[in-house]
Amino acid sequence: MQAIDRKLLRDFKRLWMQALAIAMVLACGVAILLTAVGLYDSLSETRAAYYERNRFADVFAHATRAPLSVLPEISQIDGVLSHEARITGDAILDIPGRTRTAVGQILSYPETDDPVLNVPMLVQGRFPDPGTPSEVVVNAPFAEANGFALGDTFDANLKGQKRTLTIVGTALSPEFVYTIGPGAMMPDDTAFGIIWMPERTAAAAFDMTGAFNDLSVSVAVGMPTEPVIDAIDDVLENYGGLGAYDRKTHQSDAFLDAELNQLKGMAAVLPPIFFAISGFLVSMVMGRIIALERSEIGLLKAIGYSNFEICLHYLMLAGLIALVGVLLGWGAGTWLARSTASQYAEFFNFPYVIFNVSYWVYAVAGLAGLATTSLGAAHSALQAARLAPAIAMQPPAPPRFRRSFVDDVMMRLRLTQPTIMILRSLLRWPLRSLLTSVGLGMAVASVIASLFINDSLDEIVDLAFFQSNRQDAMLLFADDIPETALEDIRNLPGVLQAESQQFHAAILRSGHRSKRVAIEARRPGTDLSRALDVNQKPLTVPPGGILLSERLAARLDVQPGETVQVEFLTGRRETFEVKVTDLAEQHLGLGAYMDFEYINQLFRQAPRLSTANVTLDTLQIDALHQAIKDIPLLTGIIEMNVNRRSFQETIEENIVVMNTIYIAIAILITVGVTYNAARIQLSERARELASLRILGFGKGEVSYILVGELMLIALIAQPIGWVAGAWIAQAMSSAFTSDLYAIPLVLKPATFAVASLIVLSAAFASAMLVRRRLDRLNLVAVMKTRE
Amino acid sequence: MSEVVFKTQGVTKVYDTGDVKVYALDGVDLELYKGELTVLLGPSGSGKSTLLNILGGLDHATDGRVWFEDTELTNMSDRGLTKYRRDHVGFVFQFYNLVPSLTARENVQLVTDVAPDPMPAAEALELVGLGKRMDHFPSEMSGGEQQRVAIARAIAKRPQILLCDEPTGALDSSTGVQVLEVLRDINDRFGTTTVVITHNADIQRMAHRVFFFQDGKISETRVNDERLSPSQIVW
Repeated sequence: MQAIDRKLLRDFKRLWMQALAIAMVLACGVAILLTAVGLYDSLSETRAAYYERNRFADVFAHATRAPLSVLPEISQIDGVLSHEARITGDAILDIPGRTRTAVGQILSYPETDDPVLNVPMLVQGRFPDPGTPSEVVVNAPFAEANGFALGDTFDANLKGQKRTLTIVGTALSPEFVYTIGPGAMMPDDTAFGIIWMPERTAAAAFDMTGAFNDLSVSVAVGMPTEPVIDAIDDVLENYGGLGAYDRKTHQSDAFLDAELNQLKGMAAVLPPIFFAISGFLVSMVMGRIIALERSEIGLLKAIGYSNFEICLHYLMLAGLIALVGVLLGWGAGTWLARSTASQYAEFFNFPYVIFNVSYWVYAVAGLAGLATTSLGAAHSALQAARLAPAIAMQPPAPPRFRRSFVDDVMMRLRLTQPTIMILRSLLRWPLRSLLTSVGLGMAVASVIASLFINDSLDEIVDLAFFQSNRQDAMLLFADDIPETALEDIRNLPGVLQAESQQFHAAILRSGHRSKRVAIEARRPGTDLSRALDVNQKPLTVPPGGILLSERLAARLDVQPGETVQVEFLTGRRETFEVKVTDLAEQHLGLGAYMDFEYINQLFRQAPRLSTANVTLDTLQIDALHQAIKDIPLLTGIIEMNVNRRSFQETIEENIVVMNTIYIAIAILITVGVTYNAARIQLSERARELASLRILGFGKGEVSYILVGELMLIALIAQPIGWVAGAWIAQAMSSAFTSDLYAIPLVLKPATFAVASLIVLSAAFASAMLVRRRLDRLNLVAVMKTRE
Repeated sequence: MSEVVFKTQGVTKVYDTGDVKVYALDGVDLELYKGELTVLLGPSGSGKSTLLNILGGLDHATDGRVWFEDTELTNMSDRGLTKYRRDHVGFVFQFYNLVPSLTARENVQLVTDVAPDPMPAAEALELVGLGKRMDHFPSEMSGGEQQRVAIARAIAKRPQILLCDEPTGALDSSTGVQVLEVLRDINDRFGTTTVVITHNADIQRMAHRVFFFQDGKISETRVNDERLSPSQIVW
């Protein structure tokens, strides 16, 4: 090994604490990039493989009741490769040992052949025997959550007919990667299950012999889905077709897509911040090293080392830091991606995970790390190379301080000399001070960007569960029933108050924009489920008008006062022009609301309801569940507090993990920046501070200069961090917003305060670490050292 | 002693500090011969170090011309000067300028790694009497030892010229004498043209020739008919 390389290694060893602090920040960037891209790749590949192997359909459609005789028409549609017609329906389930009811989505399983599309993958047991009508297969998470074993039974209320079903197998399906029950906010495997039963049994239960109500179609590769969708709609129009849709609109796939988009966003936003900070830290440290090694550089030049060799020498030092950071990042990233991928596999019901972080991701992450540190070191390394040898051998000129108006201000304020030293030093190196502040500001921003989500979720929960939907439960019916039934509902045990609500599938159009939605209709003045404006005042919709949620209006690009076209997919499938009367604030889903009576007029029907919203006497809930198990036509009950709790629990678990990670990241950044800044200051000012000690200053007074300057910089960093944090929070809020949900931007003073407290404490602790070195300074040795 | 190693013609170095122009060298003409040990003597700021830097290829003259043997250094490129220093020149500085993170041997290897025909680092250290201290770091050595490592580093490449800027400036008298003995020994043994800067008038008596500097000019040149050995020098 050449002597100059040995110097490199020993320099690196000497600087290991500083190098490690930088390497850790870099490692964060590398690890996040690897995790986000790795997870994205793994989930995309897993999804693609799962969809392909289990033949997930491309287009889906539902109808009220379509005869099997229309299927040849479907297969003749241009581009259709294969199709699968099924019978589906919801049923209230009575699970032994469970007082509360659950909801099951029944799906018919073909008797003669295997399914062509959406093939369930058997996890345990076998598929039902067509000759035994009571045999069913349930989705594996539902079985697991309810503690079912093969051979166990439960009761189902199939359109008023109570049947005891026996579980002979458990399965997973590409249709239900994200399994969410009707009206639920989050998956709840105890309360919602998928039940595959023999076709004949399903047909008998739902009165569908010779007919179907669910259609899936696969489309030839490269063929657009829109013409197929239109053709299917034409075929099913007379059979109560609810409008075909493609995978993008499929609930399970849409949730997966939203998650994948978040990962993509994370990969694009966070790593560059870390790379930039580590680049800045390297530049700061290298600048100081080169100032310290001035005479060594001169010497190397004197004995014949070329500019290139010297430049390379210092670049390699930065390269070593990058190497450590990249290796740490690769290790942490691989571990993080792998463990998160299996967590994802559990959250999303994948039968397997193809974990595959490709080599190019490692290469890109590594090169990005190396490039940013090299870039950070480049200026200093070039400066070293450019240093004229004769000048390098001389001690550097003392830094130039000039008097300015600030000095007059300081004089007037009668500041002490140490304080003046702190302020002059800040002003002497304004860029360095500013960049250090920006670095610390990023740490503050990182905490804000993660903590604000807590408040956003509180607002989502408050708006969704305490302001808009104040009912204790929703009773769901398979088909709309006459509103007169509300009286019967009021008489159910425990029901205190009941209000009716209708849902109608419709397509809203404005110009070339369109959106498939469920229009909700309620009587004016209803108290339980309400649409609210920005100030949380209840909104009513006049007859002839429609109320849209803000995001839906934005998607359709309409304002209040403009009209939209409403194409109902239920009833007579008529289309009306309706005026947008107001915008409602809503964070979950894309809501659209119309007047109850007006809808009844449009549909030329006596008042009907699809859902009853009720308030309950909590003491009688068990009795209510017992009663509804036997009500025909009732397909489900959604208890809002159960719904809210499952929403909060799922989200909170994720948020605690996310907050911990972001706070750890913020502390890492703070330590990296402050520790390095402190070491550099100590090195620059050792003589000066030692002189003060010799002059009679105490340890505390001297360390005040060092710690004081750092903490002043940390204070300046706070407003920078607040602004950056608010900006990142806003970017995240809009990046995470999809048709499914919106993350509102809620910034509370407490969030800023906590972020500042965390960063200031970490900065103070790092500064105190360096203060210990200052206390141990050997005064005589420092004074003898040549500058 | 007739072969000319260095020749300068009207060498001038001006430092322009805005309003004032400072003449560090003001038209210096001199010739240095092969194998000669020369002392440049004069007060601080008289131009000795500036001349040494120009001769060593560390700096360019503002005006005038400089030759090393048949090669003109005056307008040589940075790359050319780097090669010139690497191949021909050895430097010794007042503050040793050792790399603190390298041992004595490794400090010498810094040179032997890049020089075309170096002697082994150990041999160079033996020559300066540090055969037993080779694996010590600078912080573990006395000032005299550190300076001898610096000399070993300078001679390890078998330079034609050895340029020493105040080599005893930071040392006490007896340690300084040891260092001078090493320099004299190298000069005698290898015939290395040696230039020593000092402001210590006693050291001049070990030189073949002495140049006195004053205000950037050579004020006097003296030839020593009788040279003293370093051990006879006291200050």
